[in-house]
Amino acid sequence: MSETPVDSEEVRHVADLARIDLDEDEVDRFAVQFADILAYFDALDDVPEVEAEADLVNVMREDDVREGLSQEEALRNAPETEDGYFKGPSVS
Amino acid sequence: MSLDAFITEKTIEGADDGPLAGRTVAVKDNISTEGVRTTCGSAMLEDYVPPYDATVVERLKNAGATVVGKTNMDEFGMGTTTETSAFGPTKNPVDESRVPGGSSGGSAAAVAAGEADFALGTDTGGSIRCPAAFCGVVGIKPTYGLVSRYGLVAYANSLEQIGPLAPTVEEAADLLEVIAGPDEHDATTREEGADATYADAADGDVEGLRIGVPTELVEGADDRVVETFEDSLADLEAQGAEIHEVSLPSIERAVQAYYVIAMSEASSNLARFDGVRYGPETDAEGNWNETFAQVREEGFGDEVKRRILLGTYALSAGYHDKYYAKAQDARAWLKQDFDEALAEADVLASPTMPVLPFELGESLDDPLQMYLADANTVPVNLANLPAISVPAGEADGLPVGLQLIGGAFDERTIVRAASAVE
Repeated sequence: MSETPVDSEEVRHVADLARIDLDEDEVDRFAVQFADILAYFDALDDVPEVEAEADLVNVMREDDVREGLSQEEALRNAPETEDGYFKGPSVS
Repeated sequence: MSLDAFITEKTIEGADDGPLAGRTVAVKDNISTEGVRTTCGSAMLEDYVPPYDATVVERLKNAGATVVGKTNMDEFGMGTTTETSAFGPTKNPVDESRVPGGSSGGSAAAVAAGEADFALGTDTGGSIRCPAAFCGVVGIKPTYGLVSRYGLVAYANSLEQIGPLAPTVEEAADLLEVIAGPDEHDATTREEGADATYADAADGDVEGLRIGVPTELVEGADDRVVETFEDSLADLEAQGAEIHEVSLPSIERAVQAYYVIAMSEASSNLARFDGVRYGPETDAEGNWNETFAQVREEGFGDEVKRRILLGTYALSAGYHDKYYAKAQDARAWLKQDFDEALAEADVLASPTMPVLPFELGESLDDPLQMYLADANTVPVNLANLPAISVPAGEADGLPVGLQLIGGAFDERTIVRAASAVE
């Protein structure tokens, strides 16, 4: 079994971090599946450290003004808008 | 009988002439099409209509191709069977009781059934090659950076590429020519694809070609798959290729490394689906965090939730070094092994999938079993290399794919080798 046992409490904690509500059935099912999957991931423990140097350079461009989406286009898929803004729930 | 290969059937006309004039292309539904909904196989994006075209779609249109629709896929590309789609599964045209593979299952099924001349798929851990193998068509996963990802809805950015599916190697190479090359909208694209040609490499000449066979990718495979694979190798040898065995010890950690990295990237990428800028209208209530969590419970399916949660876990305080950092070490180790193997070989060969196409519904309850089926395809994405799946023959009446892996930006060599298999 995994060195990192997963219980329902841990699944709920991670779901909270990830902002996904789960029902009780999902929590129980995921706890069992996660234990299996994380036990399998334990095989990464014996991977050696390898010197890895990427032969890449940053790609830069001038910061000049270009055409972008119009406000109307940007808002088109939003479930709720108001006065040209996205409308979300209150923050607290 | 409908295969349910398409989520949206819609004709988008291209330019009057060009290399693909008069040809039809099916486009996977995670690639943005202006004015045509792009769902990613998810309820979260059921009504999402992109305001712009992906670069590859623009290139298809400029080349004269006609887009015939958006193809079904595992939700956000997360699956190996196309069964995690919120729009229901696609059937395999070769045997309708079986899955077409995934996640680009709709694209492969459309090509295999003749519903489109070509298709675009995306490959994060085998999502072009697996369905190509299961449906008996050709699929290419290009070198990372050869094809622009602008307009592709991201799942795991450091691993994925858009690529072609087609009935023959030459046609797949034709489509690759159209979509390859640098794009100012995707800073990870490279100059190598600028004026490259691929179709003319499909000349079937494998005289003196050195083919390495990683033993680790053959040992665990189904006997019927191995038999078909070995027949295909013998045929290549008879045409003048030189076959030798190689060993890549790091490959034994590839599935673990792949899933840790892909899930971690997914947990970050999919954070944007908050139901505010796009997403379903729900009657969620409460403050921002509460509403956010309810929208995501409703909008995402099981496999997507699983991967976001496991990715969040792998990146969380106390586990980052154990999972994410070790997975990056494994990725570097694997690249080193591939570099060594490809110094002695022009291409590496393996079965594309270690198994025959699953029965519909067979693998849904056991996610880990499904992940293990990706053992032969994920190493290629971790190493940023190109690979092609070409039909090698049949076993029990079902298609078996041969995978050929090449050096970075050496698509011509895998096209040449694959054309000798047909």
